[in-house]
Amino acid sequence: MTPMLAVLSAGPGVTVQDAGRRGWSRWGVTGCGAMDPAAFHLANRALGNEAGAAAIEVATSGLEITVEGGALDVAIVGGDFDIRLDGRRLTATVGLRLEPGGRLAIRAGVSGAWCYLAVAGTIDVPAVLGSRATHIRSGLGGLGGRGLGAGDRLAISGARRVIETVSAIDAGVLEADGGPIRVVLGPQADHFTDDQIAAFLEREWRLSPRSDRMAYALEGPPLGHARGHDIVSDAVAHGAIQVPGSGLPFVLMADRQPTGGYPKIATVIGADLGRMAQIRPGGTVRFRAVTSDEAVAARRTLADRLTRPVRSTPMVRGELSTADLIGRDLVSGVVDAHSDDGR
Amino acid sequence: MVPLRFLDSGETMLVVEFGSTIDVMLNERVLALDAALAGAALPGVIETTPTFRSLAVHYEPLVLDRARLVDHILELERLAEVTERPARTWTFPCCYTLPHGEDLAEVAARLALTPERLVELHTGRALRVHMYGFSPGFAYLGGLAPELAASRRAHPRAPHPSDAVMIAGGMSAVAPLPMPTGWWVIGRTPEKVFAPVRDPAFLVAVGDDIRFEAIDAGTFEALAARVAAGEVVARVEAKR
Repeated sequence: MTPMLAVLSAGPGVTVQDAGRRGWSRWGVTGCGAMDPAAFHLANRALGNEAGAAAIEVATSGLEITVEGGALDVAIVGGDFDIRLDGRRLTATVGLRLEPGGRLAIRAGVSGAWCYLAVAGTIDVPAVLGSRATHIRSGLGGLGGRGLGAGDRLAISGARRVIETVSAIDAGVLEADGGPIRVVLGPQADHFTDDQIAAFLEREWRLSPRSDRMAYALEGPPLGHARGHDIVSDAVAHGAIQVPGSGLPFVLMADRQPTGGYPKIATVIGADLGRMAQIRPGGTVRFRAVTSDEAVAARRTLADRLTRPVRSTPMVRGELSTADLIGRDLVSGVVDAHSDDGR
Repeated sequence: MVPLRFLDSGETMLVVEFGSTIDVMLNERVLALDAALAGAALPGVIETTPTFRSLAVHYEPLVLDRARLVDHILELERLAEVTERPARTWTFPCCYTLPHGEDLAEVAARLALTPERLVELHTGRALRVHMYGFSPGFAYLGGLAPELAASRRAHPRAPHPSDAVMIAGGMSAVAPLPMPTGWWVIGRTPEKVFAPVRDPAFLVAVGDDIRFEAIDAGTFEALAARVAAGEVVARVEAKR
């Protein structure tokens, strides 16, 4: 029987996302997709899903689900969220089997702004313009082009059993080094004086509460423009940092409009988009300029790490089992149930 | 011709800039390179975004090296002269009267035009789709009569209905999805520039022209019913 994922409660901004809607920017269509592409990718890999399979992106507003009609294997990867299965606290990056009637609650934890609930199967919402990603502003994709809410049901077709026991997923590849977010200067760095670029890189910026999937608004002393704050609209990359007339930068995120008319002082490199996305409103950020070559090298390093087998460790009564349990590849199906040793 | 500028936005988007102004010839060069790049089908190119005066190339740098991409573009640009591309002229029905032309009287007064003269000027020229942006199917239309160069509103108005026809800042636009806007809503077309489940989802390509044809509110209702049933009511012919 096809399991049905049932939403018991969902805060604002919890949506179905995939790797994004590609190929339609020339028609004004927003790319969307996961805010933290690496975490999203790892969640799918932990279940042996195809890269880019649709998952549920959970905001700090939280999500509680159950499943009807059959068990469902899921993986959760992303920020340090508070995950509870039938009230039992689990680790933040975890694979588990949700049995019918079981309750899985995902709430904001210590840090992080987004996490991904991937399912071993296909979230059965129609692809719109080739993608299941939700874009709420234009009402496209996902479940009726909107965020999830209590009472929503998502059919999961082709559900597979891949998880033997509740297991902590090793998300070490996502671990932040805590350093500044790396940017490549431009494409309109020439609209700013050298001292304003230096100020942009030296300042500690605070993330405004007005931040959302479209843009992260930064607060701090405003930057000045050398050549006015309007340009003829051109295309906007994920991670581009535009500076409008207010002088306060916006980091343009997954739901950005495909074009814009303000100068972009710098662009967050692909390898750091996830770290940028995981900063919460009120949190602070610094930027460091790197070359395009360094950005490509960082991209390659992350891509290589993300292709390694996903390792996981069975959990015992909600605690991580001891280190003598060797991490295993969840997908290989060789994980033993190590839950009876009473430790 | 002004030489190309290559501007990086991170490691995955290269902007090929032809100039810094809104100009038909620059836009033609953008579209010629866009067509040439599409024809070359380079592995690693994900998509391109043509705008008024630049072409953004979204690419995967682990597949396609930036230096190689630039070489390809320079070679394609050398070969891709500004030649005739297949372009079309669309005739879009548009109702300028109430309840559709919500802001027409106000903006006509600002422009010191009668509403009739405004409609005459707006329907009198073929308008070119310079680019899409802002929201799906939001078409920026150039070639507007200079008399219609109303400045934008100081504050955005309430969301307009779907398929609004608008003017502001010396341009016209068709806006398929209801949004708050700083533009002036002068009419509404019963045609769907964008319909996500129709094939094609988008009717009018960048570089095509749109000519508006005034219809009354009764005709709007009749045509809207046909569009709702899946018909395309805009007429199309080859340009020139």
